[in-house]
Amino acid sequence: MAGNRMGRRGVLRSGAGVVAVGALGAPMVHAQGTGGTIRIAFWDHWVPGGNDALKQLCAKWGEQNRVNVQLDFINTTGNQLQLTAAAQAQSRNGHDAISLTPWDVGAYADQLEPVDDVIQRLVAKYGPINPIAEYLAKHGGKWRGVPATSGTQAKPACVRYDLFQEHAGIDIRAMWPAEAKQGPGADTWTWDTFLKAAEACHKANVPFGLPMGQFSDAVDWIGALFLSYGAQITDEKGNPTIKGNDKLKQVIDYAVRLSKFLPNDVWAWDDASNNRALISGRSALVFNPPSAWAVAKRDAPQVAEKCWTVPMPAGPAGRFCAYLPFTTGVWAFGKNKTATKALLEFLSQRESAEFTTDTSGGYDIPPFASMADFKVWTTQGPPVGTIYNYPLKPHHQAKYSIAYSPAPADLASQMYVQALNTKVIARVAQGGESVDQALGWLEREIKNMRLG
Amino acid sequence: MALDATTVTAAGPAAAPAQPRLSLQRIARRRSTIAFLMALPLIAVIAGLVAWPAGYAIYLSTLNRRMTEFIGLGNFQILLDSETFQMVIWQSCIFAISAVVLKALLGFWLAHMLHHIPTKGQRIWRGLLLLPWVVPPALSTLGWWWMFDPSYSSLNWLLNAIGAPSVPWLGEPWWARASVIIVNVWAGTPFFMIMYLAALKSVPDQLYEAAAIDGATGWQGLRFVTLPMMRNIISITVLFSLIVTFANYDIVRVLTNGGPRDLTHVFASYAFQVGVLSGNIPRGAAVSLFMFPLLAVVAFFILRGVNQRNREMA
Repeated sequence: MAGNRMGRRGVLRSGAGVVAVGALGAPMVHAQGTGGTIRIAFWDHWVPGGNDALKQLCAKWGEQNRVNVQLDFINTTGNQLQLTAAAQAQSRNGHDAISLTPWDVGAYADQLEPVDDVIQRLVAKYGPINPIAEYLAKHGGKWRGVPATSGTQAKPACVRYDLFQEHAGIDIRAMWPAEAKQGPGADTWTWDTFLKAAEACHKANVPFGLPMGQFSDAVDWIGALFLSYGAQITDEKGNPTIKGNDKLKQVIDYAVRLSKFLPNDVWAWDDASNNRALISGRSALVFNPPSAWAVAKRDAPQVAEKCWTVPMPAGPAGRFCAYLPFTTGVWAFGKNKTATKALLEFLSQRESAEFTTDTSGGYDIPPFASMADFKVWTTQGPPVGTIYNYPLKPHHQAKYSIAYSPAPADLASQMYVQALNTKVIARVAQGGESVDQALGWLEREIKNMRLG
Repeated sequence: MALDATTVTAAGPAAAPAQPRLSLQRIARRRSTIAFLMALPLIAVIAGLVAWPAGYAIYLSTLNRRMTEFIGLGNFQILLDSETFQMVIWQSCIFAISAVVLKALLGFWLAHMLHHIPTKGQRIWRGLLLLPWVVPPALSTLGWWWMFDPSYSSLNWLLNAIGAPSVPWLGEPWWARASVIIVNVWAGTPFFMIMYLAALKSVPDQLYEAAAIDGATGWQGLRFVTLPMMRNIISITVLFSLIVTFANYDIVRVLTNGGPRDLTHVFASYAFQVGVLSGNIPRGAAVSLFMFPLLAVVAFFILRGVNQRNREMA
């Protein structure tokens, strides 16, 4: 055994090895530069290899501009990214820029460097940024972050077309083909049709996998449902618009009826439950980015090859699609703001955005409508064209949405995190309250949130 | 020490200029000074990692949402007006009290069982029973979550296998509350068990022998010998566990995230949701501080009782 004992030098050598491996493990782009070093914290992509695009693009930009770019990828599991942003904002120290979840831009607006100059140049080149990204990133008339491509997702319907055809009698692929046009019956793709299909699939024991709990997938699709009925719970100033709001009553009544055709445990579902429902073959429809399909492609190819992504159904006030963007904010206390802004501008160029989207297998959506034509969405399969309708296209006649818009960001973020929209439905459907009682609770909660 | 004093006195006027240095020496040699110096690292740790964060949290809780204005106890008043927070208070109390009572009872029972196993076989059982307490709670809770999973619960699979219906472990409010308590009890019982086992081992056998000679039954031995001898350790473990259980975060976070309908939120999970995730740090600080005065009062009375008993025994 003595021969196996490690000596003092051995320990030092091993220690040096560990340090070296750790140092090499951190993605860093060295350039023989005079432009200094910038450190950026990006969201850690859950699509395997999804970070590679940012690593390569930053390496390229760093070499061209002689700047050392150091990247950290921080995931949102356990809210690590949000905690990092909160800690850096409190200590006024940390990265030069950081990926911010939708509402965090508003929360830290006064500590973020305005990036209007970058946005102006990008808009001049690629046209307007979509209104939801603007609503989330623009505060006090100034852009406080650059809407990002990496991580930005939409949550349209991922449909098992075979089950839909068999049980609901709807040929969803014909309705929404992988072409820039609507197919026959697309105008009937409404929430009423959806309810009938939900009932049929529930009877066939392949219910829709729609979460109704307190995680973002639930809040997002319910948010889009509310908007498609024209049901807003506050105005732009945050004043509750609940009393006498018939649209709100109508949408809650609809959601309660729909919930009867969902699995009885959806009130406890998290963001992975719907993916599992689809991948296991137990569900005919989920609202999700193509990650659910991508995992099915790997783990259950027989399911993946029967999936087809289509826009969300339309309501009386139009068609809306749940959208969850990331924004990259440049900290005002950052040490190298000019170079950081230049890098973010480079990452927003069409070529960079397309490379990012390609690397993520079509998951990432750039904030410019003019970039909804990347080839990856046409070529991905099986079946080929399955995610053609993933990003909104003009023929969808739809808008992106985020729950609780147009409320001010500080109020909306509280309502979003505390999932007021799913809870108000649950109070009726699960808790046995009347719609009026539930709406009364909702109004009191919002008023309370606005205090202080 | 006395020798130093004598030396200084004997030196007389000639030694007068050296007086300050000698005084310093004397101070440095005092027992209280040495004790203070030796405790200084601990004091620094407590000041840096407990007192300062607690003070800062109190300061934060007095600010408005933007942290630009002092609003005194405004955050507490707002919270008390919120139906959700009223529910959180109620739930935290149900969770903490029922979990601590169950942990204490089970721990006491397990300690007795272990105490009566021969020493040779005791070790392996002690080690196995300690496992739930040793495994990091976030990890073990994840294991429980897999067992309670809404759609693919292994417990439900077992129930179905014997013809029983599935239980909505995390989907129905009371089942969800029960699930959270079950996991906490599972993880925390070994702590009570090991503390009570140590206490049981310290009860002198002569007391039981004397009680037996007086004709005491097993129950009377437990009631009049074991329990009085364990009162201090029971008080301290209950107090400690009550504080830790009131502050529990990971179990609720992993199992239910506070749902359904906020009906399983406890102070810590709600504070995180309000403070960090919703960006309202002052109100989150107020949530986390809410139980502090009540727990401080409970701690005061329990510790006073322990001290009184110690004095009586001395």
